[in-house]
Amino acid sequence: MFDVLGNRFRDIFAGIRGEVRLTPAAVESALREIRLALLEADVNFKVVKAFVSRVRDRAVDRAVLDSLTPDQQVVAIVRDELVALFGKQQAGFAAAGRRQRVVLLLGLQGSGKTTTAAKIAHWLSRQGRRALLVSVDIRRPAAIEQLSVLGGQAGLAVHDPQDRESAAGRALSAVELARADGFDTVIVDTAGRLHIDDELMSELEEISAAVDPTDRLYVADAMTGQDAVRSAGEFHRRAAVSGIVLTKMDGDARGGAALSVVAVVGVPIVFSGSGERLEDLELFRPDRMVSRMLGMGDILTLVDRAEQAAAEQQAEQVERRALPDQFTLEDMRRQMTVIGRMGPLDQVLGLIPGMGALGGGAQIDPKGLTRVAAIIDSMTRDERRRPGLMNGSRRKRVARGSGTSVQEVNRLLKQFAQMRQLLKKVQSGAVGRRSQARRLRQRMRIPGALAP
Amino acid sequence: MPLGLRDRLGAVLRRTAARLGGRLEQIAGAAGHGADASEAARETADAIEEVLLEADVGVAASERIMAAVRHAGAPRGGLQLRTRVQREMLEILSSPPSAPPAAAAPRVVLVVGVNGTGKTTTVGKLASLLRREGCRPLICAADTFRAAAIDQLAVWADRAGVDLVKARPGADPAAVVFDAVEAARARGRDVVLVDTAGRLHTRADLMAELEKIGRVASRAVPGAPHEVLLALDATVGQNGLTQARQFFDHAGVTGIVLTKIDGTAKGGIAVAIACELGLPIRYVGIGEALDDLLPFAAEAYVDALFTKAW
Repeated sequence: MFDVLGNRFRDIFAGIRGEVRLTPAAVESALREIRLALLEADVNFKVVKAFVSRVRDRAVDRAVLDSLTPDQQVVAIVRDELVALFGKQQAGFAAAGRRQRVVLLLGLQGSGKTTTAAKIAHWLSRQGRRALLVSVDIRRPAAIEQLSVLGGQAGLAVHDPQDRESAAGRALSAVELARADGFDTVIVDTAGRLHIDDELMSELEEISAAVDPTDRLYVADAMTGQDAVRSAGEFHRRAAVSGIVLTKMDGDARGGAALSVVAVVGVPIVFSGSGERLEDLELFRPDRMVSRMLGMGDILTLVDRAEQAAAEQQAEQVERRALPDQFTLEDMRRQMTVIGRMGPLDQVLGLIPGMGALGGGAQIDPKGLTRVAAIIDSMTRDERRRPGLMNGSRRKRVARGSGTSVQEVNRLLKQFAQMRQLLKKVQSGAVGRRSQARRLRQRMRIPGALAP
Repeated sequence: MPLGLRDRLGAVLRRTAARLGGRLEQIAGAAGHGADASEAARETADAIEEVLLEADVGVAASERIMAAVRHAGAPRGGLQLRTRVQREMLEILSSPPSAPPAAAAPRVVLVVGVNGTGKTTTVGKLASLLRREGCRPLICAADTFRAAAIDQLAVWADRAGVDLVKARPGADPAAVVFDAVEAARARGRDVVLVDTAGRLHTRADLMAELEKIGRVASRAVPGAPHEVLLALDATVGQNGLTQARQFFDHAGVTGIVLTKIDGTAKGGIAVAIACELGLPIRYVGIGEALDDLLPFAAEAYVDALFTKAW
């Protein structure tokens, strides 16, 4: 989602790159551009002011101006300062300090609390934890039911005490049940409220007093504008927020508000939500986000996702088969299944460095993948292993069988041949997936523009 | 405008107005007594720009407003500058066309938007508002995706005292809309209010679904959908402009409903949208009660943004 901001930064730095020596005037004009880019990305205007002046102080230093690579120096400064803005805190849950964890989700209306509650429960269950969900939203029509339905669909435990009417009572009932039934975590989904609504903010304090939460997560919409700092600040003041969950990251919001909230309120972003499926929740990594903002892609997230998805598959097999000579259409088919598990294709591609530069607007057709799968499925085992067998009549048969055309079958076979070629190049010298990941990590430490 | 409406909007916006306006008055005062007049005017302009930016009006629209103001000649003091900014904003907000005339019956009104902007709540409140205005609306639950969305809408339909046409969760939303139009015709209802599922404007497949809903609606009634309202959260930042553009392109949005204006957010992005896309703000949502939806009044809104005393 920070892609658009990333594009702006890329343009700005591309402008600087033309200079042989950096002049104060050139720095000034780049700073103006940076200011605009940040404002358009909804970064709080006070934060922008402070940010620009810090970068200016460091950039007009003689050492930077006189260096042989002034543009790279400026990129490095901007990167440092952005990372500093996001803070260095660790994502995910801090140690609970006691056996039972009670997570309170709070925030404005429509920020995505209920969906996030279910996603966190799902995330915990994948870590081998047992979470009990409870909705204490007694205001919005059908809110309690929404959580029950979500939980039911995903096989998550949802508690709905019919005998408790107050929000605090419902929360307490869930904590008691969890203790009795051996749930290690209780996730309390609260009603959406405005930070200026005194009555509802007091209700929040009552719930807190009743269940003594270990985590108070403020759920924030990534698309929020300048007001984000004010509302998050007020929630923090009244309810001592311990972390932020950033939602709707799959849109194209530039998310500057999130940056501002972290910078001003001083609470770390712990999770980010990027889709409507329960799996679409990730630990937030500030350094990766900065890399993404600066247009360097997010290889580490991609590696994480690939590892996670492949673990469910026969990872070993895929890895071995990735050697070019042994790579067959069968492997391609298997990898497509793995890629499918990593999330929607356009999201996955967005994480690859350079793909952002292709102009974001490139729409990936998920149906295209389905058609390719159908074509491969229509081949015999021999054909999949030895695509050379595919003569005219076989191609016709496969096209008919998969409901596609001969042209599409041709295109696939051609793509497959190219892929094999590409693999040959990539894999020369590569030992395995792990070491590749390690090398990628090393490469990511230094932004692409900063050659040592 | 109905009696008391302006006052209610004013009361809601006053919280922020007091602080904002106060700051501007301060600026204006300082500018009047500055030693260096041009320097003072520049400072005033900077301060006004900051007010606009803080209200999410955005860089482009702010610059356009400031340019138009400067074009009018050197202002005499900060107060005049402020009046000009106000007039320019009013101009932007009141230039788009008002509601399209009701042609066919039943009139089909789609409410669209990204997730969590308040579409369902808006549909409920709009049904009530239209009833009070003497219409006979019918609500259609075309959000068949979000868990319990239909139940939520059923509660609102009940509160507003109007009929609800629904299908099973997961049903084709376009089919539900078609059924609702048929039902409205059979029961003699003149407006069909359609609650659609929230969708991010970046999801091409879901935007195509909206296009399909529109196509199917137009087969049921000529010219449908007659109105497409984009529910926009007042807290939304510059992304609101992208949202509006995408929903405009794919769903033919005809107007904006600015929701949750009862917080401290000022929804200045609506000014940017009116400026760039010429889309009018039709309604504002100011709370969670049944009658907390008001027709938009540009003058009251701009006044509230810029005036200290109401």
